[in-house]
Amino acid sequence: MSTAHRFGSFPVQLAGSWHRYLFTGAVILLCLWVLVPIYLLLVNTLSSAEAVAAYPKKPFPEIDTESLQFFMNYAGVGQALWNSIKVATVTMILSIAAGAPAGYALSRFDFRGKDTFRILVLMTRAFPLPLLALPLAVLYIRIGLDDSVLGLAFVHTTLALPFAVLITFSLFSGIPIELEEAAWTLGCNRFQAFYKVIFPLVLPGIAASAIFAFVISWNEVFAAAVLTIENRTLPAFLLQGLSDSPMHLKFAGGAVLVLPALLFIFLVRKYLFSMWGIANR
Amino acid sequence: MYPRSLPYLLLLPSTLFLCVFFLYPFGLVAWQAFVTDTGQFTSEFFVEMKSHWKFGTALTNTLMLALAVVPFQICLALYMATLVNGMKRGRDLILYIWTIPLGISDLAAGIIWLAVFEQTGFLNSMLQGIGVIDQPMSLLSYQNTGTIFLAILLAEVWRATAIVLVILVAGMGLIPKEYYEAAEVFGAGRWKRFTRITLPLLKPSLQTAMILRVILAFEVFAVVVALGGTNLPVLMGEIYTWQFDLQDANVAAAYALVILVISIACTLLIMWGLRTPKGARV
Repeated sequence: MSTAHRFGSFPVQLAGSWHRYLFTGAVILLCLWVLVPIYLLLVNTLSSAEAVAAYPKKPFPEIDTESLQFFMNYAGVGQALWNSIKVATVTMILSIAAGAPAGYALSRFDFRGKDTFRILVLMTRAFPLPLLALPLAVLYIRIGLDDSVLGLAFVHTTLALPFAVLITFSLFSGIPIELEEAAWTLGCNRFQAFYKVIFPLVLPGIAASAIFAFVISWNEVFAAAVLTIENRTLPAFLLQGLSDSPMHLKFAGGAVLVLPALLFIFLVRKYLFSMWGIANR
Repeated sequence: MYPRSLPYLLLLPSTLFLCVFFLYPFGLVAWQAFVTDTGQFTSEFFVEMKSHWKFGTALTNTLMLALAVVPFQICLALYMATLVNGMKRGRDLILYIWTIPLGISDLAAGIIWLAVFEQTGFLNSMLQGIGVIDQPMSLLSYQNTGTIFLAILLAEVWRATAIVLVILVAGMGLIPKEYYEAAEVFGAGRWKRFTRITLPLLKPSLQTAMILRVILAFEVFAVVVALGGTNLPVLMGEIYTWQFDLQDANVAAAYALVILVISIACTLLIMWGLRTPKGARV
């Protein structure tokens, strides 16, 4: 009998079926808790402006793209969207270019200062990073980086870099060093061994951590609002208009912000756990 | 085998980056908060910050929100993690659904819950539909800071429990199954196994999750702006106001230093409170 127990599982045979119902009920309830608010946003997004302002509301969308079209044609939205993509892309490239070598070094070498570097990376977790934007706003004006894509991407890279280091560290650690050693004995030098053997194996993981960096930048609001004035990213643009724009515009903006992020998280879901599993140690 | 400088060479870009864009700006913030444009050392920015009528409210609101949100999230995520671990089929699907909010920004989460709580929103519509109210209540106006607080609380729990869940599920995966089997042989029930095995061995993960969440809770900003406008001041919102509307970067820096200090204090407190003695790690 007792072999039927797994950790945390409910003792089905002993306690009867109501335990099972309770368990299933809790799981379904928690799924609804996550999904229903997103559904409601989509209902508002896919309704006309009148339906969004109407009361009481119907729980089903009328499938009308008026709000979305109005949003996409609204002055400044296209530019903000394009800025968001540019900043997120630069962030993605910078954080992988700087983070992946560090991840590789941490997984393959023992050297003095390794722990210092790890502490530096983990320390970023204990600091409210968006605050960095404040002093940088002053500094950027002095060096001509104010209101620029690159300047904001630097701050976003600070947010994404620790994740990139930790993900790539766990990726490289998962590949046995024997594979590399075999390549060396067959006449590859260190660089060739990396390029021909290790790189193809970690490519999907690197792509996942790049996507994750993209999402971090795509979602960031505070630093974007502090550092940009003319070249607003989409979140900063939406934040600025929160107090005075009509409801249906806010909801359409929210949906445009949410949907790509949902897709990206779906693509990287496998790597979420390796990333945080390693972060615990 | 390899030149001794290779690992340092590989670490150089990210170290340089973190020094220039992480360590250096934090030095700058402290400088800005204490030193005037003419180079005078002063505490006037802190005095100005403290004497502003919104400072006390903003500080209290931020701390209260963190205090309400974080423990609730930890408990909810613990419950969700044990549910997931007890699952035989569909584990991956459920886990994906529960981690969806991970990809949603705080601003978007605020807008999502605005759809629920605004005056013509879905909550009022539903209550009217089942006949509880006759006309829509105004839930997010300045007279109702209580409901604004509640709405922000729900939005934060909704959005950021996912990250705690991921950390805890990853942590539970590290606990050897043999411990549970041994406990079962000796007759420990489900609750006893949870409190005597899971919780103590999960301490490092709980520590990571709590530090991360507390820091993020002190930074709460866009959710608050989306749901409450300026009706419920928080520290991060005040920073934004001082930086832009009042054009005073020095006072904004003083505020930033306040957030920094309470963040570091809480991090140290959590690290101490949930420390794992050496040799007691999985």
